[in-house]
Amino acid sequence: MYNGGKIILGLLVFLAFVTFPFWYNIGTADKIPKPVIESTYIKEHNIKKCVESKDYMRASHMELLDNWRNDAIRRGERVYVNSEGRRYLIDLQNTCLKCHSNKKEFCDRCHNYMAVKPYCWDCHLAPKETKS
Amino acid sequence: MSINRRQFIKLAGLSAVLSVGGITAMDRMKANASVLPSGARATASATGQIFGESKPPLTAKRWGMVVDLSKFETPEDYQKCIDACDYIHNIPDFGEKKDEVKWIWTDTYEHTFPDNNPDNKLNGEPVQFIPEALKEKPFLLLCNHCDNPPCTRVCPTKATWKRESDGIVMMDQHRCIGCRFCMAACPFGARSFNWRDPRPFIKNVNPEYPTRAIGVVEKCIFCVERLAQGLQPACVEKSNGGLIFGDLEDPNSEVRKILSTRFSIRRKPELGTQPSVYYLIGGIKNV
Repeated sequence: MYNGGKIILGLLVFLAFVTFPFWYNIGTADKIPKPVIESTYIKEHNIKKCVESKDYMRASHMELLDNWRNDAIRRGERVYVNSEGRRYLIDLQNTCLKCHSNKKEFCDRCHNYMAVKPYCWDCHLAPKETKS
Repeated sequence: MSINRRQFIKLAGLSAVLSVGGITAMDRMKANASVLPSGARATASATGQIFGESKPPLTAKRWGMVVDLSKFETPEDYQKCIDACDYIHNIPDFGEKKDEVKWIWTDTYEHTFPDNNPDNKLNGEPVQFIPEALKEKPFLLLCNHCDNPPCTRVCPTKATWKRESDGIVMMDQHRCIGCRFCMAACPFGARSFNWRDPRPFIKNVNPEYPTRAIGVVEKCIFCVERLAQGLQPACVEKSNGGLIFGDLEDPNSEVRKILSTRFSIRRKPELGTQPSVYYLIGGIKNV
């Protein structure tokens, strides 16, 4: 190889340059935020259960909400029967957000971290924030 | 180490197959992980208490309304109904006529019944000898929830449609793209467009009902959210019997009893849209 030393040196410089952002930002990643589940309303009324299980809600709340919106508006069905047979009024503002009155800590934290911008709030009103 | 064309194509093909297969398999796994828990769906068939709901819903085959104008005597009688609707549905007030958003409003006799008034020069001879009180009377107007609605036929996204269950001409704000075809199709001017963001123009915000976003069409939906909770529409509740709400398909309902004993007129019946809002004009006095 002609000029082997220079080529290898060049490659090393190139690699260092390309991977620089990774080295530079090591250890500075934001912590994965945890949503604050306890809200004033939940504490006051000692509510233990959401509409569905915690794991299901964490993974699929967006699908549930999408189904709810189709059920309430398009199918005209405003009662949701959950997997335990309990009945809920299908209503984002008056069922979900009644308990989860801490939108900033409950919804926005993870949504901001994941850079998702659900357009629910263009129309649906968020409850007035109360300190939890 | 060299690779000939044949080997390269083989390798490329294999990796393409593997990657496509891999993505499909991943999607499968995701889809399986997020299916609804068994038995969970929206239905009213299960029994037991409903969390956040008190009364059984009001149902009908075809909802209709009778407007008894003799019960509206002062401007406040009209305003009470309009204000109740404006508050409950977070209707903005932009402060100028051209941007106005209205679900229930008033207009003059000649605008309400344009084919049936003394100044009509369009269809033959003008109608003569109309009572002065009628000409001066404001008429309470709202979406007619037509049995044959022209607005729903032109909607390209099915954001507005007639509910088969109860005949209400419904709006889905999630789907509305703001093309305003429905506004052009409605012969009653019952639809309004949000030219601006309505949020800052809502005087008293009702936290229990959503607002609308900029660029969607809205109109009266016969208070479907209240019917679902067993409540009469807001305007009916505030009307002191001036508005009667009921099932037009049920011969024993209050609206049908009134319509079978008293003469009523509807707006622009000649267009064949079959409006579900009837006006009783007998016995009215000047406002």
